[in-house]
Amino acid sequence: MKRCDVIVIGSGPAGLSCSIEATGSRAEVILIDENGRPGGQLFKQVHKFFGSKQHKAGVRGFDIGLQLLEQVNKLGVNTLLNTVAYGIFEEKTVGIIKNEKIEMIQGKKILLATGAIENPIVFPGWTLPGVMGAGAAQTMINIHRVLPGKRFVILGSGNVGLIISYQLLQAGASVIAVVEAAPKIGGYQVHASKIRRAGVPVYTSCTIKEVKGGKEVEEVVIVKLDNSWRPIKSTERSLTADCVCIAGGLHPSIELAQMAGCTLGFSPELGGYLPTHNENMETTIQGIYVAGDTAGIEEASTAMEEGRLAGTDMAQKLGYLSQEKALGKKEEIRESLLALRSGPFACLSHRAKINILQAMKANRGE
Amino acid sequence: MLNITVDGKKIKAREGEMIIAALLNAGIRINRFTSKYKEPRGFFCGIGQCTDCIMTVSGIPNVRTCVTPVEEGMVVETQYGRGEWG
Repeated sequence: MKRCDVIVIGSGPAGLSCSIEATGSRAEVILIDENGRPGGQLFKQVHKFFGSKQHKAGVRGFDIGLQLLEQVNKLGVNTLLNTVAYGIFEEKTVGIIKNEKIEMIQGKKILLATGAIENPIVFPGWTLPGVMGAGAAQTMINIHRVLPGKRFVILGSGNVGLIISYQLLQAGASVIAVVEAAPKIGGYQVHASKIRRAGVPVYTSCTIKEVKGGKEVEEVVIVKLDNSWRPIKSTERSLTADCVCIAGGLHPSIELAQMAGCTLGFSPELGGYLPTHNENMETTIQGIYVAGDTAGIEEASTAMEEGRLAGTDMAQKLGYLSQEKALGKKEEIRESLLALRSGPFACLSHRAKINILQAMKANRGE
Repeated sequence: MLNITVDGKKIKAREGEMIIAALLNAGIRINRFTSKYKEPRGFFCGIGQCTDCIMTVSGIPNVRTCVTPVEEGMVVETQYGRGEWG
């Protein structure tokens, strides 16, 4: 059986950052990803990041991905691609499938950075071909360079819904409506303005009642909602469309954490159930860490910092980093996270994360 | 460019792209029909998580077309229910 110091599962922003941090301190890392290319969802993010310069504001997602990959390559991180981590077993053993063969590898520490899954919103007709996650449409246009349809209705006006509407327009599709159940637009004004300037109507207090079509999406029926979010009779309106993108948020991918026996907590602000963790991103199972969307849905920028935090703590506990150095580094990362979580939207994540730390303390009987 | 066959019809595909991309480019959006109600399904998540886009590929059923790259001469078939090994 192959052995190493740190096994990182998932090579998105969190996994890459943890690998860089741990390898930089001379820990032996094995990085696993089921895809043929590392980077997670960074390479479909063609928009510029927000925040401060320190957090790569103004840099596009795929460029951040390239920067991280360059560091990983420079450090020579052992990266296993096209490799599925199918389970976690006793004594930090990870079962992997590579080239249709099963192998076991054992680490002293494990990072679960498996990301998130898009939430469906269900209505009659939601299973018809042509209804897809907003992130799925983004993958098709920005990664595979192919349009899944011509006329789009977007459900949800958070930043994901707004950004994808704009990117669909850039890719040459028609976006005929953004539909939002809340009385006002959910995402940043700057994104909303872009699509409004392009002539895309945003229908607030409105939802999709039904999607019709023989074998694929042909028609989308929208309906107005009252103050209690109930459909108002006779306000239905029919739109001709062949695609519906559901931008209803994401939930953490926690299957491996569950298999490992990590205690979970529920946090609506962070996307639902997620592994309870401490200030170093360690879960209730000693030596098993989480970072990025698996530790609560946030941004790629916070995912990178959480990955670094986990990598630093691992390096310290494995004896590759002095306590003094590690503490200084962790302090700097935590300050950076605090800055990232200080905006009008992100402060909700900050509060939710504090609740998780408290749950962790309660779990340890403190 | 390389060639793949979808339900007996030849389509062009770019080297390295996923099967789903070649299908969408050819205007094909139905990947399979469900076992019980024979309902059509197309891709939903596009990143290998939901398994809605599975098809029978070169005789192997339940292949996720959104994360499986095309290969020259690949035979892709619409899957009915659980599919059959070819």
